Amino acid sequence: MNNDSLESTSEAIPPETTMVSDTTEKVRKSLGRRYAREKRFKLFGVIAITASLSFLAVLIISITIRGLPAFKQTFLNLDVTLDADTLDLGENPDQDALRKANYNGAIKNSLLELFPDVKKRKEKKALYKFVSNGGQYDLQAKVMADPTLIGQTINVWLPVGDDASGYLRGHIDTSVPEKKRRFKNNQITWIEELRADNKVQTKFNRTFFSRGDSREPEMAGIKGSLFGSILTLMVTLVLSFPIAVATAIYLEEFAPKNRWTDIIEVNINNLAAVPSIVFGLLGLAIFINFFNLPRSAPIVGGLVLSLMTLPTIIISARAALKSVPPSIRDAALGLGASNLQVVFHHVLPLAMPGILTGTIIGMAQALGETAPLLMIGMVAFIVDVPNALTDPATVLPVQIFQWADLPEKGFVEKTSAAIMVLLGVLIAMNAIAVLLRRKFERKW
Amino acid sequence: MTRISAFPKIVIAATLVYTSGITTAQSARDQISIVGSSTVYPFATVVAEKFGQTSRHKTPKIESTGSGGGMKLFCNGIGVEHPDITNSSRRIKKGEFESCAENGVTEIIEVLIGYDGITLSNSIDADLFELTREDIFLALAKEVPDPAGGDELVENPYQQWSDVNPELPEIDIEVIGPPPTSGTRDAFVELAMEGGCKSVASIAALKESDSQKFKEVCHTIREDGAFIEAGENDNLIVQKLEANPDALGIFGFSFLEQNSDLVQPSYIDGFEPTFESIADGSYPISRPLYFYVKKAHIGVIPGIDEFLAEFTSEGAWGEEGYLTDKGMIPLADDIREKSAASIAAFETMTMD
Repeated sequence: MNNDSLESTSEAIPPETTMVSDTTEKVRKSLGRRYAREKRFKLFGVIAITASLSFLAVLIISITIRGLPAFKQTFLNLDVTLDADTLDLGENPDQDALRKANYNGAIKNSLLELFPDVKKRKEKKALYKFVSNGGQYDLQAKVMADPTLIGQTINVWLPVGDDASGYLRGHIDTSVPEKKRRFKNNQITWIEELRADNKVQTKFNRTFFSRGDSREPEMAGIKGSLFGSILTLMVTLVLSFPIAVATAIYLEEFAPKNRWTDIIEVNINNLAAVPSIVFGLLGLAIFINFFNLPRSAPIVGGLVLSLMTLPTIIISARAALKSVPPSIRDAALGLGASNLQVVFHHVLPLAMPGILTGTIIGMAQALGETAPLLMIGMVAFIVDVPNALTDPATVLPVQIFQWADLPEKGFVEKTSAAIMVLLGVLIAMNAIAVLLRRKFERKW
Repeated sequence: MTRISAFPKIVIAATLVYTSGITTAQSARDQISIVGSSTVYPFATVVAEKFGQTSRHKTPKIESTGSGGGMKLFCNGIGVEHPDITNSSRRIKKGEFESCAENGVTEIIEVLIGYDGITLSNSIDADLFELTREDIFLALAKEVPDPAGGDELVENPYQQWSDVNPELPEIDIEVIGPPPTSGTRDAFVELAMEGGCKSVASIAALKESDSQKFKEVCHTIREDGAFIEAGENDNLIVQKLEANPDALGIFGFSFLEQNSDLVQPSYIDGFEPTFESIADGSYPISRPLYFYVKKAHIGVIPGIDEFLAEFTSEGAWGEEGYLTDKGMIPLADDIREKSAASIAAFETMTMD
């Protein structure tokens, strides 16, 4: 269409204005190249987006495939005889004795009962690996809750050990020569026998959500790190949100524009770009070494992360305040409102959706952070679920990092499953930010 | 308006509540705090978990800070804000022992818990390597004696394993290993590289004349791409070996055990790394695993004595104990017995 109009104008031009027609000639010649350039640019854009989308898809698909099995757990049905002799218990055992009792011995006996032919020491050892090391703790909890179980035979479902559950899930390649395989031929025969007897069952993995960290993949859960993350983020939110909003309001609405406020503004922007590990070092020096706060505690983690998120929230809050049209301020002032009233009755409520979006994005960033926590001792093996801000705790991304580093194969799927949980929380947080914006955003 | 003015109140209330909590938390700690080596971490955590489950005490908190970093935290002083135990994949250094003493940490209980083998493995689809430590040194050092003859040191010219030793396969030298910050790398350099270094006559002579230079030659790994640093994660190295059958990887024995269906260890000086060969010392690349306890903290922080007893029980560090299930190589029977007794008596160490 452009071509047509150009041609028609060039025809309409009288012969004496040759200069103009020269120019249009040039324009027309270059036109093809310019369109091609635009097309190329669009093509590059599409390629870039497709590439990044496919990378994202590969990432998410591979994590999901690897992580999904972790939400299921395999259990073995056993009749465990809890006689006082096997458990090493005397008469009238107290709680301490019950805690120390030899539950593993009882489990081993019941496994041997299932396979009376197993006599050799090496074979016995291979058989014992069917039940996870954590199985004894399940029994312990049962007996401690009800000591009258001692002397009885109880039927329990205990978690299957790492290698056996790997085999049951098809992770073990049986074509590999036996010598090289962790799961041997006799173990396969036994477990198939148990499977045929309906003694093996796969259930939803409640342990994964109800327990803290563990060195046994079957017993490891994310509750500890999830609570650690929640406590840490709570501190971050409580500290950084009010401070950041107050700073933004003062700088945007009240502060005089002079050299000092310029310096402050430049520094806030610089702080947003400081690598997070630096905040960790600062936290170690100030909060732990100077104020003597405990190491590995969510309160210190929260303090460090709020230092990190403050600039992000301040910058987005200022942008939100700036986008409120001056006419609102003028109208309120014209009706006799004080400056403070203008800000708190009109400007701030209108800017709130933008501020909240910025806050949530800052929080999401803080949730995924590990580097600053390394310095303050939150990268640690912590089994107990934290309940207070001073309890030792770790956070989700740290838990992922630690599981990825352990030799047991069961931790591979645990790692991916924890990544899925973390991604889920992040997506939920971002979705809330989008919803808030959609619901309250106003266009002028 | 009301919503906003509520924030300062929340902050003040929260601060009050938590500062009161913090002061009590600082004055008494009821949980053992452990720092130190990432090599000992997988073993210490098992014991800690077992201890937490079977005693009245909380599960100890274990930070993986590396041997050096742990020692620094440990030696900072006596008191609840300092860790009680540090793990180490090497013995405490004289300098560290002295800095400990300067800060009042004079009575330290040393516990040697066992050994960890370091393997040089490749994919099971590839040919098995039979190496000597000399081969390892010649293949990986930055500077080696001139292959054309003479005592002159030259930039490592070897491109293929067969250049180093005609009996080795004709494939490019490609070794994936941990970065210099890792304890595994330190041990590998000290035991494999330096071990091989000593068998090269011209360099062994250097040890007497210029020990500084000797160390530099033996401990420096080539930087021309034949040695690839893969980060601290041993699982990652195993994955890379699976994908690239021509490469060798350096990692700990416990990872080899868990991945015996994917990778195979090279023989070194004629020995395959197994429980037995590492325990009796015939497999040359293995390192001791230690932990150090502050005697002053025993009785102050509840449970340290019981934790020591659990760690040094036959059920844990014995030949059939649960630590060997995780890939730790146990000490010899008599040594175990002797040190368990001295640890139970809280005998402190001396630096000689």
